[in-house]
Amino acid sequence: MDKIKSLADLKKKREQLQSNMQLRESGDNVENMIQIKVAMATCGIASGAKQVMETLIDECNKKNIQAVITQTGCMGYCYAEPTVEVKKPGAEPIVFGYVNQAKAVDLVDKYLINNELLEGIIPVNYEKIDK
Amino acid sequence: MRLKVESILAEKNLANDVQVIGTGCFGFCEKGPIVKILPDNTFYVQVKPENVEEIINEHIIKGRKVERLLYVDPKTQQHKEDSKHMGFYKKQMRIALRNCGFINPENIDEYIARDGYKALASVLERNDPEGTIEDIKKSGLRGRGGAGFPTGMKWSLCRQNSADQKYMICNADEGDPGAFMDRSILEGDPHTVIEAMAIGGFCIGATKGLIYIRAEYPLAIHRLQVAIAQAREIGLLGPDILGSGFDFDIELRYGAGAFVCGEETALIHSMEGLRGEPTFKPPFPAVQGYLKKPSNVNNVETFANIPVIINKGWEWFSSIGTEKSKGTKVFALAGQINNVGLIEVPMGITLREIIFEIGGGIKGGKKFKAVQTGGPSGGCLTEKFLDTPIDYENLVAAGSMMGSGGMIVMDETSCMVSVAKFYLDFTVEESCGKCSPCRIGNKRMNEILYKITKGNGTMEDLDELRNLAHVIKDTALCGLGQTSPNPVLSTIDNFWDEYVAHVVDKKCPAGQCKALKQYVIDPDKCKGCTACARNCPVNAISGTVKNPHEIDQKACIKCGTCYEKCKFNAISII
Repeated sequence: MDKIKSLADLKKKREQLQSNMQLRESGDNVENMIQIKVAMATCGIASGAKQVMETLIDECNKKNIQAVITQTGCMGYCYAEPTVEVKKPGAEPIVFGYVNQAKAVDLVDKYLINNELLEGIIPVNYEKIDK
Repeated sequence: MRLKVESILAEKNLANDVQVIGTGCFGFCEKGPIVKILPDNTFYVQVKPENVEEIINEHIIKGRKVERLLYVDPKTQQHKEDSKHMGFYKKQMRIALRNCGFINPENIDEYIARDGYKALASVLERNDPEGTIEDIKKSGLRGRGGAGFPTGMKWSLCRQNSADQKYMICNADEGDPGAFMDRSILEGDPHTVIEAMAIGGFCIGATKGLIYIRAEYPLAIHRLQVAIAQAREIGLLGPDILGSGFDFDIELRYGAGAFVCGEETALIHSMEGLRGEPTFKPPFPAVQGYLKKPSNVNNVETFANIPVIINKGWEWFSSIGTEKSKGTKVFALAGQINNVGLIEVPMGITLREIIFEIGGGIKGGKKFKAVQTGGPSGGCLTEKFLDTPIDYENLVAAGSMMGSGGMIVMDETSCMVSVAKFYLDFTVEESCGKCSPCRIGNKRMNEILYKITKGNGTMEDLDELRNLAHVIKDTALCGLGQTSPNPVLSTIDNFWDEYVAHVVDKKCPAGQCKALKQYVIDPDKCKGCTACARNCPVNAISGTVKNPHEIDQKACIKCGTCYEKCKFNAISII
């Protein structure tokens, strides 16, 4: 990786990364752009987030769904771990709670493929500071 | 309600176009039943079965909202149609947790894309450490580790002392029972701490940063190591950061998990390889800290606020919160509450809003009894404090403290004497043993509490408890010792009757203290079926078939088996 040597470098890198992220978020190829984040802090992992992430990857591969599946930190909903956030292009991100392996399969079949919602959606209950 | 919705949809041939989902509680129980319609997020409250048809006809078929059933904002009296505009959903505000759950913590690019390291760059470019410290002072940020010392002030004290080497230290020794805010920040957004430490290092004139983290947080350690390596790789740590000539690097130091090492002098000794024992202040770490060099210790959450304050300006930050406590606080909600989890709320919010709105109320619909804040140094707050705005001063005035942010909610089945005992067990276990008030005093208090819960307490014991508590408060060496009697004092103050019930009536009103329970058989109800006697593990029940049985109270171990086995409700607990 190249070193960032000045403020200008950092700005450039940020803009480039932001546009990359934007590309990921608002691209026109729906199949390509689903983003899945699995909350994988200690709490999530303890309730099985790792297996859930593996299941999601397997299922998406099996069913030929192009999705970006990444780990992220704790979303704060310990009562509903494991939690998974799914952002479909053009839609608001949705956080699903209580996602065990069986529900991960459901999530792929129902929400990713058929756009059906599942139980256990956690409403956004905080204000963001960046927008 | 659900059935009604489904049947009407079927009637109107919409069953395939509209999906009905039973969802979790929206956390808004007093307005239930609630129906939310996606994709437009319309929220209908207090919906009755007879309204269903109207909603389906108007909203789903004709696309018109049923104004009458929309949520009414109590302040503006306006109908709010979607959940994002409802006040309830704005109770939380995420500053320290802004990136947790959004970015991949092991990828520095995602942090940079969300304005990461921008604050560091602007501080370096401005090249005016005193001005930056001034901004932090004006923002009103105070230490989030619990005591609430103004962060900017701490930095400027350390800056004033010149030395060949200074240290910027991050206190990640999170030790309160039930608290996990710092762990979540480190696991979810490690770069924010690294960036803030570099900013702090630049301001106070330190080129070395140290993170003291407990070895029992392996994932947090791993993510920090990855983050530090990535930051080094692209030159955001190391020599000549961003061409400014400022050098800064961070190392980790592992703690063995002793509670007292969260106290800054003990933490520093532990890092030096000495016993983790506190020493008297002054000298303050700002004068003589790690390796006798000026050092500055801040908590993880404090650091997590710094980049935002710099990016958005101190004016913005100081507009949030109360007069003396600015910004937000992260709390770890635990105990008998529905939505256990991490929340971040602006200072000045009330306990009622936290527990009943964000936290979703008490588990199992039980009655709220108390909430413990501030861990072993804090106290229990009762119903009368539910509407007090939360800030550093108000919590102290109420007999507790902010602490690092653990919040343990208790319902009516909690025995407050046992709660005090639990915290004192913890303190006795964790006391470093250096000063006698904490080492011996807490032990004595603990013994008295055990005596009370066993039913052997006297009124003199209660006086003795108070006395000991005050002596420890006045004479213990460090902050932890001085605050360790708080759980006892606050439960005595708020639940005096419960203590008296244990001592005088030999009863535990919450039914938790085993030794004070008595199982008795009502001879009128007992049919003499012998089920209790046959199942009693210690043969404490005597009686013959078809005649009333009796429990020998001396032999009884209060296991409750007879109570469960009796088919005639003849056994009661008194």
